Amino acid sequence: MTAIVLSNDDRLAQATQLQLTWWRFRRHRLAVVSLVIVALFYLGAVFADFLAVADPHATDARRSFIPPQMISLFDNGAFSPHVSGLKGVRDPKTFKLVYTPDPARKLPVALFVHGYPYNLFGLIPTDRHLVGIVDGQGVDGVFLLGTDQLGRDLFSRLIVATRISLSIGLAGVAFSLMLGILLGGISGLYGGTVDTLIQRVIEVVRSIPTIPLWMGLAAALPNTWSVTQVYFAITLIISLVSWTELARVTRGRFLALREEDFVIAAELAGAGQMRIILRHMLPSFASHIIAATSLALPVMIVSETSLSFLGLGLRPPAISWGILLQDAQNVQVLAGAPWLLSAAVPVITVILAFNFLGDGVRDAADPYG
Amino acid sequence: MLNYVARRLVLALITCAAISVLTFIIIRLPPGDFVDAYIANLAVGGSTVSADQAAAMRREYGLDRPLVVQYGLWMGKVVAGDFGVSMMWKRPVTEVIGDRLWLTMAVSFAALLLTWLIALPIGIYSAARQYSIGDYIATTLGFIGLAIPNFLLALILMYLGFRYLGLSVGGLFTPEYAQAAWSWGKFWDLMVHLPLPAMVLALAGTAQLIRIMRANLLDELRKPYVVTARAKGISEFRAVLKYPVRAALNPFASSSAYLFPYLVSGSIVVSLVLGLPTVGPLLLQALVAQDMFLAGTIVLLLGVLTVIGTLISDLLLMWIEPRIRLQGRA
Amino acid sequence: MPQIPMVEPVNSARHALSVRDLVVDFVQDTGAVRALDGVSLDLHAGRVLGVVGESGCGKSVTARAILRLIDRPGRIASGRVLLDPDTPEQQDLAALDPEGKAMRAVRGGRIGLIFQEPMTALSVHYTVGNQIVEAMRAHSDMSKAEARERVVALLREVGIPRPETRIDAYPFQLSGGLRQRVGIALALAADPQILIADEPTTALDVTTQAQILALLRRLQRTKGVALMLITHDMGVIAQMADDVAVMYLGRVVEFAPVAQLFAAPQHPYTRALLRSVPNLRATPRERLATIGGAVPHPGARPVGCPFHPRCPEIIKGRCETVAPPEIPPGERGASCFHAAGAAKPSRAEATA
Repeated sequence: MTAIVLSNDDRLAQATQLQLTWWRFRRHRLAVVSLVIVALFYLGAVFADFLAVADPHATDARRSFIPPQMISLFDNGAFSPHVSGLKGVRDPKTFKLVYTPDPARKLPVALFVHGYPYNLFGLIPTDRHLVGIVDGQGVDGVFLLGTDQLGRDLFSRLIVATRISLSIGLAGVAFSLMLGILLGGISGLYGGTVDTLIQRVIEVVRSIPTIPLWMGLAAALPNTWSVTQVYFAITLIISLVSWTELARVTRGRFLALREEDFVIAAELAGAGQMRIILRHMLPSFASHIIAATSLALPVMIVSETSLSFLGLGLRPPAISWGILLQDAQNVQVLAGAPWLLSAAVPVITVILAFNFLGDGVRDAADPYG
Repeated sequence: MLNYVARRLVLALITCAAISVLTFIIIRLPPGDFVDAYIANLAVGGSTVSADQAAAMRREYGLDRPLVVQYGLWMGKVVAGDFGVSMMWKRPVTEVIGDRLWLTMAVSFAALLLTWLIALPIGIYSAARQYSIGDYIATTLGFIGLAIPNFLLALILMYLGFRYLGLSVGGLFTPEYAQAAWSWGKFWDLMVHLPLPAMVLALAGTAQLIRIMRANLLDELRKPYVVTARAKGISEFRAVLKYPVRAALNPFASSSAYLFPYLVSGSIVVSLVLGLPTVGPLLLQALVAQDMFLAGTIVLLLGVLTVIGTLISDLLLMWIEPRIRLQGRA
Repeated sequence: MPQIPMVEPVNSARHALSVRDLVVDFVQDTGAVRALDGVSLDLHAGRVLGVVGESGCGKSVTARAILRLIDRPGRIASGRVLLDPDTPEQQDLAALDPEGKAMRAVRGGRIGLIFQEPMTALSVHYTVGNQIVEAMRAHSDMSKAEARERVVALLREVGIPRPETRIDAYPFQLSGGLRQRVGIALALAADPQILIADEPTTALDVTTQAQILALLRRLQRTKGVALMLITHDMGVIAQMADDVAVMYLGRVVEFAPVAQLFAAPQHPYTRALLRSVPNLRATPRERLATIGGAVPHPGARPVGCPFHPRCPEIIKGRCETVAPPEIPPGERGASCFHAAGAAKPSRAEATA
């Protein structure tokens, strides 16, 4: 039996909705690049500890405010990656011991070195890290982005923060999705008084300025709660507002779909409500939901970052981008150690990436919408 | 048309009611009540309160009554203008808040005006002169506004200002006016200082509105009535501004409907970074210290003023669109 | 048998507009698509030129091109559009700056355009009066009050009842027929001597269609304007046109006075078009004649005669390779090898 080669037109005619959406999506180069970036970020979050260089919680006053170090690749012409070790020098005015990089001491840098212990994927205990110094005295290390006031390596903290910041985004969106699809679906499907009621609720929610409310709710969380409890509470608080956009999209789609012939046909054929919704309507607007979700994610991430920045969100010892940016609040300190702002880079990148991704999915799902 | 206005008014009232309930919940959320916090506060200073005194206080503040009654009592006082006493400052809340609430509204409203004034012309230009240099600049601006959260932008600006210009980029008044009574001089001082925080606040919204205006105008420019307009022999400028822009104003206006709450919200965080004498820093302090009457009042008043601001922008939309005016709906 | 109305004799009619070898391209990343491939037409005062053809043949593009209303990426590649040809005031519209003062003075002031879709051709944000007054004042020094009076009179003239009230109505408050009358009033607002009607009745029901056509006929006679009537409906052509230009794939393939076109069509395409009109007196169950194939995409223009892939009278070996000669401007004829020898001038060239 010879293989049947489909002509382009045939492939087009036989493609499922999902395939069509994917093909249209692939044409937006910016969106595809964004997808890759987002994937890399999440990959980084999963392998956070492996990619980190130093223990993100380990403080060491001697290493306070070290500027970022580059890994030099060549040593007198030979390929030998290394960083400078630190040397303690007594400041003549304050008599305090100040540690600064000493180019004379070259510490070799290697891959897959031993470092601080952690659990890979939360299960496998190991202490291997991607990059690190082979051996050095306690105070030395690879400080790709410098250290903060307490001597903690900023690069490692940034990577580990990715985990929390991105997952809160996901968790928050998941909540919003459930609430939004549920209420939006009911609204669009049943119409009438129920629809009007839910619409009014949505309008009321959207009219209220969010941050004061969040601040109020967040401040009400007891000090005694554990980091995890605070994490979930913050997620809940943030998602309580963003569900409105998802509800709006869902409602719009349901309203449009209700009138579609294929839905009426299914009803006439005797299919139950649930089956119609799940089997017939859901696939039609799945891509719209994906688009709305990717546009909602950056909002969540920024919300958490803002709250934590204010000190009302996640609390140390949790690490998130917002918490990292808290250290940058004081302009005088910042002037002396501008690398404290480095958390801004992943925040901006992720926001842009999700926005382009969302735009791309939205255009692919409904080019005329 | 009256129908429409009436509906919006009723909605606004309901929203205010909802805000008041939410605020009340927030006030009462922390464990314990006002009296407990008061006692704890005094204890820090070394004084104590006997159980009898505490009970008496509770009776006085109505804290021994059911929650619904407490809400009623509180709302009753609020409507009469009595917002309670701040625990931290030991003065009436209204005194503590003082000008801050109006300054918050001033900054937010300035940001709103700035957003419209910048986004509208740039959006129009961007669509009318597609692919021109101006269009690309506008698009880039759009991305910056999109990508950088406002507090981060404020932070970066402060850093740049400090590092390269040696200035403290913040505050709404020069020191001499800060504590002075209101005068024309102070008003002018405020006007001079408003643009920077207003711009920081406005950037994100501006970016979004530019995109919306550009996209919608591009769509409208392809429609038949634009050809009709041109076929009349009127200038291109007039033809574009009078017809397709008018049509594209509709989605522009509805996108700005919830702009005001967003700006008020953003002003809280931005004012914290830039050190503005608005409600933001005060609210944070109040929440951290669990000074609940102060915090609750701020949240309530912010909410109400925002609803009023949103109502105004709704009415503006209605005035623009004749189909709503004549048929009661779009 | 359609009645042939009284017409201004050709020799004395003023030559109002002359389109010569107009070529319009749409330039895209994939290459240039030629929408008009050398179109030549003439408009005379007091006469109606019917332009007929299937969708996509370039009728509307011609109308837009004359008024320089073609959007990017379309552009006039070559050709001339002469207003007031053979007079000292002759202007080549194709050479003017489309946004300049001279062209704007022509639009509405010298040439008026009536659109197909009355629903979408008028802006819903302004009253009917506002839009027409604007057109009027763009070409004169009238005050608003003066213009308003004139507009009321104009609305009455186009058959709108109670024009004093209707002038303040919004387009969406009027029926389709009334809206199209407003469209006609709009085109006439600045008193142009040339009117181009781009399928003015296609979007209307048959009864309204008849009324609008009657209106156009009356206005054209009383004002003595040159009317270019674009349509795909041979019935409308029979009823309204004095001369007919048949277009196919961006070219004029036949040109003749209306009676001669119906009596003795010379181009196979015209013959096929006439055959495909449903006949009330046809034998029952007789198959409806159609033209085989479909209009090719202008980007995939056939070599040689553009109609040859669908032509029932194709001359093998000739029509696929060589393009037939163009019709000499102003003369009756068809762009076809069958007709080339038989082409005879049906009238002398009009000279102004």
